[in-house]
Amino acid sequence: MRKNKRNFLNNAVTYGMVIVAFLLCELAISGLIGGFKMSRSLKGQLVPICVYVVMAVSLNLTVGFSGELSLGHAGFMSVGAFSGVLISQWLGSAFPDIPSLARVIAALVSGGIFAGIAGILIGIPVLRLRGDYLAIVTLAFGEIIRNLINCMYFSLDGKSLHFGFNNPNLAGKLVINGPMGATGVNRLASFEVGFVLVLFTLFVVMNLVNSRSGRAIMAARDNRIAAEAMGINVTKYKMIAFVTSAVLAGMAGALYGLNFANTAAAKFKFDTSILVLVFVVLGGIGSIRGSIIAAALLTILPEVLREFGDYRMLVYAIVLIAVMIATNSPLLGNLFNRIRPHRMKPGKEAGKA
Amino acid sequence: MTQQQKKKFNADTRMVPVPSQAIVPERDINEQPVLVASHLGIEFGGLKAVDDFNMIIGKTEIAGLIGPNGAGKTTVFNLLTKVYQPTSGSVLVNGKDTAGMNTVQANKLGLARTFQNIRLFSNMTVEENVRIGLHNQVSYGLMTGIFRLPGYWKGEKKQHEMALDLLSLFDMQKMADVKAGSLPYGAQRRLEIVRALATHPSLLLLDEPAAGMNPHETEELMENIIKIRDQFQIAVLLIEHDMNLVMGICEGICVLNYGRVIAKGTAEEIQRNPVVIEAYLGKQSAEEEAQG
Repeated sequence: MRKNKRNFLNNAVTYGMVIVAFLLCELAISGLIGGFKMSRSLKGQLVPICVYVVMAVSLNLTVGFSGELSLGHAGFMSVGAFSGVLISQWLGSAFPDIPSLARVIAALVSGGIFAGIAGILIGIPVLRLRGDYLAIVTLAFGEIIRNLINCMYFSLDGKSLHFGFNNPNLAGKLVINGPMGATGVNRLASFEVGFVLVLFTLFVVMNLVNSRSGRAIMAARDNRIAAEAMGINVTKYKMIAFVTSAVLAGMAGALYGLNFANTAAAKFKFDTSILVLVFVVLGGIGSIRGSIIAAALLTILPEVLREFGDYRMLVYAIVLIAVMIATNSPLLGNLFNRIRPHRMKPGKEAGKA
Repeated sequence: MTQQQKKKFNADTRMVPVPSQAIVPERDINEQPVLVASHLGIEFGGLKAVDDFNMIIGKTEIAGLIGPNGAGKTTVFNLLTKVYQPTSGSVLVNGKDTAGMNTVQANKLGLARTFQNIRLFSNMTVEENVRIGLHNQVSYGLMTGIFRLPGYWKGEKKQHEMALDLLSLFDMQKMADVKAGSLPYGAQRRLEIVRALATHPSLLLLDEPAAGMNPHETEELMENIIKIRDQFQIAVLLIEHDMNLVMGICEGICVLNYGRVIAKGTAEEIQRNPVVIEAYLGKQSAEEEAQG
């Protein structure tokens, strides 16, 4: 039970951190913090920050808790983005007086559902593989999704929805325009919705991890043979982790799609998967709080580095390398341990006496 | 053996009463045996790792499986628990055929095991390890867990209580919050037994439970194995090199060499058996033993 209390505290700190960050941002937007006014470009980054935080936390479920390296996370994001945009645009044209919040929620839910279906379809073949092979195959599936979406055309004609595969000549106004992606989207995403989505993601992931299913997921990661001998259906729990992660990525994608008037299919390339993986690794594999911080900081960093002009991405890469080295250095680790208040460990206390 | 023959064969042996020549304790004679392995065998690329293995274990019997290193003892465990699929023969657990089952299904049927090289979830606490064993005993759904419905709190509380109950068997309830990986070796072996017990087995398979334990701990382990048998009314099959333990508590012993059963019997019979002595000590010693 002591462990439960520790979990509770740990989760409370994570929620608290997100809520405080949100409130600070809100204050900065309204200019209430003395002299500091958030720049326009920084304000534009608020929704992407929420999106990438959700992406990082959900990928952490696969990579950190389930122990499977997935390199196709952006694929689920794109499924979520385009299905979410489609649904919200369709709702907007079919029922003009529906409130925009309902359209956003419908977009998030449908993004999650479609990405979840994609997760199930991809998970069935992929989760038979292990280790490096699994990573490579998820990468391939991510590319397949992107290429499929490249060929898809959806158009809206009043209430009816038309679909064309490799055929842009459809009646009405094109919503998903092949390689051009989503065009002419009503920008419905807001920082507040993003914040709620982040909280929802944290709620799902942290509760899942601290439950019967979560323990089974981690047992399957730590020792597959022992987990099976204890009657745990390893494939089922790997699937649960993979699909949950895909659903959350899809919701993040839907929010992302609603944040821009145009989103090209190429946005969800392999690079985006790697970027999210970098957040997870930098924040510490299996550490939810680390994923949040890393995702937020690394999304802002390119904006902050604007003054370096052409050398921006170079500096970004150098900062990345420096942080990776620093977090792995035992010297700094010791320093952190000294600063951090020591927790009482039952084992150590008994040893001293 | 064709599929049809196999089925017929299984049907014949499905409800075997314990054969008269089989060694099961008297109290179990009229009960259905917990395990009936007949003609069990596996080949790895032509090498017969286990061949024609037959064994019957009574409902509350403590049985032993011994043999020199590399005799195939752990392979037998892996065959019984379906880590390997046997290439011949059949295994009945509580009268049910395990053909075509996987490890998970075998566990649900009542086979729980420990491992020779300890396989704990070392990053989890002691209690969490036992809770993994309780996974199928106290269950609630995925959504119940995520959305913290009443079933979650009930299930977690029950798991906690059951886990502490089981840990108290070995006086380990004080270590419930310690990481399993940081336990001393003997305690890790005990935890593996508790975790296996948590799956509510009818046959507990222990792979070298006393390895790495000192004589005092081994003594305690022997008492505990008997205690577990009496309290849970289950059968135990153990692989062990510590002859004091095997001869001390096993009611029936099976000796394996080069993948074949070379002797079966009670502790006294095994100790006197010249074939066993030869397998362990070599031919010359066996002759000397017979003379002396």
